Amino acid sequence: MRTYAIAVYLFLYIPIGVIAIFSFNAGRHAAQFQGFSTQWYGKALSNPFVMEALQTSATVATVSAALATVAGTLAALALQGVTGRPRIIFDALIYVAVMVPGIVIGISTLIALVTLFDFLNPVLSALWPLAGAAPKLNLGTGTLIAAHGLFAMALVVIIVRARVSGMDRSLIEASADLGATPWGTFRQVTLPQIAPAILAGFLLSFTFSFDDFIIAFFVAGSETTLPIYVFSSIRRGVTPEINAIGTMVLAASLVVLIAAQAILQRGRRRET
Amino acid sequence: MAPATAWLLAMLVLPLVVVVVFSFGERAAAGGYSAAFTFENFANLGTRWAAFQNTLMLAPAGTILCLLIAYPLAYYLAIKADARWRTLLLILVIVPFWTSILIRSYAWIYLLGGQGIPKLLSTFGLGNPRLINTPFAVLTGIVYGYLPLMVFPIYVSLERLDKRLLEASADLGSPPWRSFLQVTLPLSMPGVATGCMLVFILLMGEFLIPAMLGGGKVFFVGNALVDLFLQSRNWPFGAAVAVALVVVMLVTVTLYMRLTRRWAGARDEVALM
Repeated sequence: MRTYAIAVYLFLYIPIGVIAIFSFNAGRHAAQFQGFSTQWYGKALSNPFVMEALQTSATVATVSAALATVAGTLAALALQGVTGRPRIIFDALIYVAVMVPGIVIGISTLIALVTLFDFLNPVLSALWPLAGAAPKLNLGTGTLIAAHGLFAMALVVIIVRARVSGMDRSLIEASADLGATPWGTFRQVTLPQIAPAILAGFLLSFTFSFDDFIIAFFVAGSETTLPIYVFSSIRRGVTPEINAIGTMVLAASLVVLIAAQAILQRGRRRET
Repeated sequence: MAPATAWLLAMLVLPLVVVVVFSFGERAAAGGYSAAFTFENFANLGTRWAAFQNTLMLAPAGTILCLLIAYPLAYYLAIKADARWRTLLLILVIVPFWTSILIRSYAWIYLLGGQGIPKLLSTFGLGNPRLINTPFAVLTGIVYGYLPLMVFPIYVSLERLDKRLLEASADLGSPPWRSFLQVTLPLSMPGVATGCMLVFILLMGEFLIPAMLGGGKVFFVGNALVDLFLQSRNWPFGAAVAVALVVVMLVTVTLYMRLTRRWAGARDEVALM
């Protein structure tokens, strides 16, 4: 039993380990380790395409996760007082957002937005009151944020709602009985209880957006995110530079995830 | 709740409605969409049958493989493992799921490619099999990618299991295998059902793993969709393929839920982490 578990852990971590090891390979050779070197990290970090893609990914992930966390938390809190049909419809939409394959979300967002922009752009330029050309609506950072944020928000709603429903309601009543304002109660009673879930939701949203390939592939327009860059590089062949980028991405997400897990676990422990 | 609802309507409901509308349209001469009402796109679905066939074979096969590999691990974690290490071991299983599937699949290009495992096998005189760009490679990638998602719900249902039931079963004289078959296994079914559903749903829409490890030979509906939207720019036909994919998914998932309804609670237990 134990041997089996060890074998599965090896299966899970050897491939990641191989990438990490070969990212320090001095030579170009894919299968032979020719000495230790960090040159590929230097190459990756001084490649302007990589840095630009990284910047796009980081911006999109930060903004979409922040917006999703705010909207998702507000929704999860508001849902406490919502029953009947609106509640059923909202819950159903959240499930649809999580369950519909990313690829279907990607293509439907692409064709809906392109069609919408084709319609709006002439209207916009006809109505533009200032001198010069009207701004054109295009696929890019904005559409990436909107599309990633949608899935992330559904995630935040699910995570925060679970926490809200496990919350001790009597504390809120006690706080009100003791004369606290609703805002005071929220800040001093509700927020500390749900803060771990909110933070974990933000971190998971960030990771999702930062790692997402398939939705970005459709709605990025002329922008390149890091996963899109990596995907198109892999198409051209395996290089040690990709190993270095991959190792950095994996290391970064590991740090974020372990933080998210630790926060969630601590929240759970405090509850019991 | 208003911002969330507006976001859902604009970025989820509207696009899905557009896809359905487009699936009845015609391809414009330069690609894209031109308004029409025709069932032609649906009539032509047969031309992409191979993609549906691959998806409907490999998605269930991948799900079952994940289940077979995940169950013993979940069992070990929930029942046999040292309680002090349990949380850490569980986190170690879940964490890969939240890291880039792109880079994790890339690792298998490395391992299964000509310079990897095949070369290793040939130095031991075990032949030089071609592994990359085969269904085997795609299934390996699938198991690697989705195993964590299967382990977690099974672990949860096994962990909740009342251990006294196993003691009672042993006291009443059943051998361990019988306790397992008659107590543990039935009580872990909600977790099994949830895990299978999650993995299956995600596999139905898979693009990346077959694109990276199938080399154009093993392709899913997702790969057909990318081709239709980004290469041939046949939006209406692509929309019809997408609608068909979602319908097939809904039908299989509904049938599956009917079958598993007696394992109560399985439906609502969508575990995300």
